[in-house]
Amino acid sequence: MDVRRENEKPLMKNLTAVERTSEREFVVTRTFDAPARLVFEAWTKPELLKRWWAPKSMGASLLSCEVDARVGGSYRFGFGQGGTETIAFFGKYIEVNPHSRLVWTNEEGDGGPAVTTMTLEEKAGKTLLVLREVHPSKEAVDEAIGFGEGLRETFGQLDELLVTLGAS
Amino acid sequence: MVQYQTARLDASFAALSDATRRGVLEQLGRADASITDLAARFDMTLTGIKKHVGILEQAGLVTTEKIGRVRTCKLGPHRLEEETVWLERHRQLWDSRFNALDDVLEELKQKEKINGRKKRK
Repeated sequence: MDVRRENEKPLMKNLTAVERTSEREFVVTRTFDAPARLVFEAWTKPELLKRWWAPKSMGASLLSCEVDARVGGSYRFGFGQGGTETIAFFGKYIEVNPHSRLVWTNEEGDGGPAVTTMTLEEKAGKTLLVLREVHPSKEAVDEAIGFGEGLRETFGQLDELLVTLGAS
Repeated sequence: MVQYQTARLDASFAALSDATRRGVLEQLGRADASITDLAARFDMTLTGIKKHVGILEQAGLVTTEKIGRVRTCKLGPHRLEEETVWLERHRQLWDSRFNALDDVLEELKQKEKINGRKKRK
């Protein structure tokens, strides 16, 4: 049986846009060909998050993923290579409005938490996702970016990525 | 070195936060121009445009050279690359995540469809 026939267009990639809107804020936007309730589910259920939060191209794998998506509940993502955890991201959910809005803190950095607000807007079966990442300070942004010595290396990696993307 | 790059980056972002200055960069991307040209192009006074060019120059995004009585402005070397690379790296991370998320969503949609059919029957 062909399960993929109704309303299905040829698979075309939606574009991800990232914009720096101020010294401390970044905005990521992307449209998904799915209703908001499924997108929300994929952001709040650990077994689903695990499948997309650390794609292979990221270079590190997600070793643990604990998510308690309730107001005041916490999350913790442990990353590592070869089974050893090298870095963890953690924080709390501060707003949880099913299917439309999720706000959480990132508390692993020095100098106060970063706050991320995700909003979902559904239109004709598609969902526009807007992610606002607000860092505590300009300095924290620089640190998060790891700017400086790693930059030349990044150029190289980026070149590779662009070649890959260009080829696909 | 890290400090230096960070300071430079701050100056670049501050310089880029203004629409006129972004316009000046775009214009200079097409061709070098004199202060007088830019003032006319952006309908500004010489003093006004000089101020913007000064900020771009400090950030290293633009260089100027005075030949005779004319000050010519051109794009500074390699300075925009850093911001671009930086944002592009961030975008790539989210993009690869979201492409993986697409697959998860596709599967959830199919599951719902199948379950929906079962329930209706």
